[in-house]
Amino acid sequence: MIEPNYNYPDSSGKYGKFGGRYVPETLMSALSELEETYKQLKNETEFLSELNDLQKDYNGRPTPLTFAKRLTEHYGKAKIYMKREDLCHTGAHKMNNALGQILIAKRLGKTRIIAETGAGQHGVATATVCAKFGLKCIVYMGEVDVERQSLNVFRMKMLGAEVIPVTAGSRTLKDATNEAIRDWVTNVRDTHYIIGSVVGPHPYPMIVRDLQSVIGIETKEQILEKENKLPNYILACVGGGSNAVGIFYPFVDEKEVELIGIEAGGYGIQSNKHCATLTLGSEGIFQGMKTYLLQNHNGQVAEVHSISAGLDYPGVGPEHSFLKDIKRAKYFSVTDDEALEATVRVSEKEGILIALETAHAFAHLEKLMPQTSPGEIVIVNTSGRGDKDLNTIIQKLGSKFE
Amino acid sequence: MSFIQNHIEKLNKNNRKALSIFLTAGFPNKAEFVDLACDVIDAGADMLEIGVPFGDSLADGPVIQSSFTESLNQNITLQNSLDFIKEIKSKKNIPVLLMSSSNPVYRFGLEKFAKAASDSGVDGLIIPDVPIEEYNDFFTDDLNRFDKILLTTPTSPEERINKIDELSTGFVYCVSVVGITGSRDKFSEDVIENIKRTYSLIKKNKMLIGFGISSGESIKRFSQFSDGVIVGSAVIKSLFNYNGEYNKTLELVGELSSACEN
Repeated sequence: MIEPNYNYPDSSGKYGKFGGRYVPETLMSALSELEETYKQLKNETEFLSELNDLQKDYNGRPTPLTFAKRLTEHYGKAKIYMKREDLCHTGAHKMNNALGQILIAKRLGKTRIIAETGAGQHGVATATVCAKFGLKCIVYMGEVDVERQSLNVFRMKMLGAEVIPVTAGSRTLKDATNEAIRDWVTNVRDTHYIIGSVVGPHPYPMIVRDLQSVIGIETKEQILEKENKLPNYILACVGGGSNAVGIFYPFVDEKEVELIGIEAGGYGIQSNKHCATLTLGSEGIFQGMKTYLLQNHNGQVAEVHSISAGLDYPGVGPEHSFLKDIKRAKYFSVTDDEALEATVRVSEKEGILIALETAHAFAHLEKLMPQTSPGEIVIVNTSGRGDKDLNTIIQKLGSKFE
Repeated sequence: MSFIQNHIEKLNKNNRKALSIFLTAGFPNKAEFVDLACDVIDAGADMLEIGVPFGDSLADGPVIQSSFTESLNQNITLQNSLDFIKEIKSKKNIPVLLMSSSNPVYRFGLEKFAKAASDSGVDGLIIPDVPIEEYNDFFTDDLNRFDKILLTTPTSPEERINKIDELSTGFVYCVSVVGITGSRDKFSEDVIENIKRTYSLIKKNKMLIGFGISSGESIKRFSQFSDGVIVGSAVIKSLFNYNGEYNKTLELVGELSSACEN
């Protein structure tokens, strides 16, 4: 089991055997510089108060912890709370990270920002902070995602960003990330890469986790205030895993709190068309990190599928691989259809249109709730809102609401 | 001294820079790949680097990525690449290196890989996404028998270059430009300055320059500040026009080889 005081990554950027810096030499100096700068900044009052002000006055933090009354009644078991990251500026938790990283980029003296995006939420968050700080922004996005998240593409362009469709491989998040890394290899001298999740080479998984852990810190305060005790379960969806790590991390040492990550099961985990990396993956080295990976036996990364562009990723943040191996967190998957059903359920019961990514966490309530009891508390990280997914939802469920 | 280093040393003593040619395993055609490799050697290549196709390579530009895709479409694996090398080594007594992203090798299993690669006669390994920080993690004792060629880049500070030189065996791979693989039409003055700087810092090893070199002319420009050159994308590009004959490719290798003579 877990050490009494969880303290990862180690000095070489590893979470147990996972993580590290498996990147071309060209990037090593930039990664070291980023690590050094971040170490200074994270203890610097000026940086922290600038970030705090932005989180409060621009991003709208703290986000509420909403009691889901009718959803709770629906299951008739534990009390369900929603941590409302969907109310962050631009509609998802991604802004927590983008705000921190743009301040880091400024300190590094970089003038050009690049990002990858799947659902477009990280792309929108990055384009937004670049607009606010007047920096040039280039967003790489898989061609498939450009199509299914066209509203976000338009938003990014309106924010002044250049969106580059990526036509390689499966034309989704994985390929957008490859192109962003190649761009960084080429333009590393003036460019900062704002990675959108807890993935990639060290120190990125650590920086993104630290910036996202504001979610868990607030959640802890809020639940203690409302219920005077810690929750029994925390649920979050996992693609790369940033909203999950963000809410898990401040609870890692609270062993009585069960941490549960939900991956995208696509058409079902027997189907070969899913993104259940922690459920079915094997150890690999991908996009700068050692982590669990969906791959074939020749070491080629698998083509994966999820209805939600933000979870459509064959890897996972190295810290999740570690949390799984030390058994501190558990990971399950739900299918596309289960996620769609959950989207409708939460909309009808709570009046909140959640993102398809987030819906994966809510879908798992179907399996979890029968095992809970009325005195218990479940918190679901409501990582984003679903407006961006209306095209997909209309396609799948449109006839139902006509 | 390693076979690779000894080979470069001998070439240099005969007033020649070493010419290392990169080929994507099984590209453009699995059945004829070994013949192509042997013809490339006969046309003047002093060494070969056989690239294992990987769909998510971070350091490669569009040309080599496309060749990886074509090769993967023929189901070329790491084991196939090792089989090609075994056949080439049985016909030609020159150094052959395996170049791969880390994951295919890691997935194969490092211990099993060491046996298979040794059986195939692989002389050295180039794994571009394993920097010095991950050297011990990746290059376990099983891999001791192979030369490990590490890369320097224009963004590497002096102390890293020293460490890279210390850990490398066979030679040091000096990446000429900040960027991914692929031909460049022109090189700025700071590219030359960086190559001079790197060459002066490399003490233990021979140094070969790679990335962006596409012609005899570019070799002439660089070769006085190195012990040899590596050409990849330009050769791969010429193979995309393959129609049953490799003449254009072999002519290019011939031109590159002549430029390596002092």
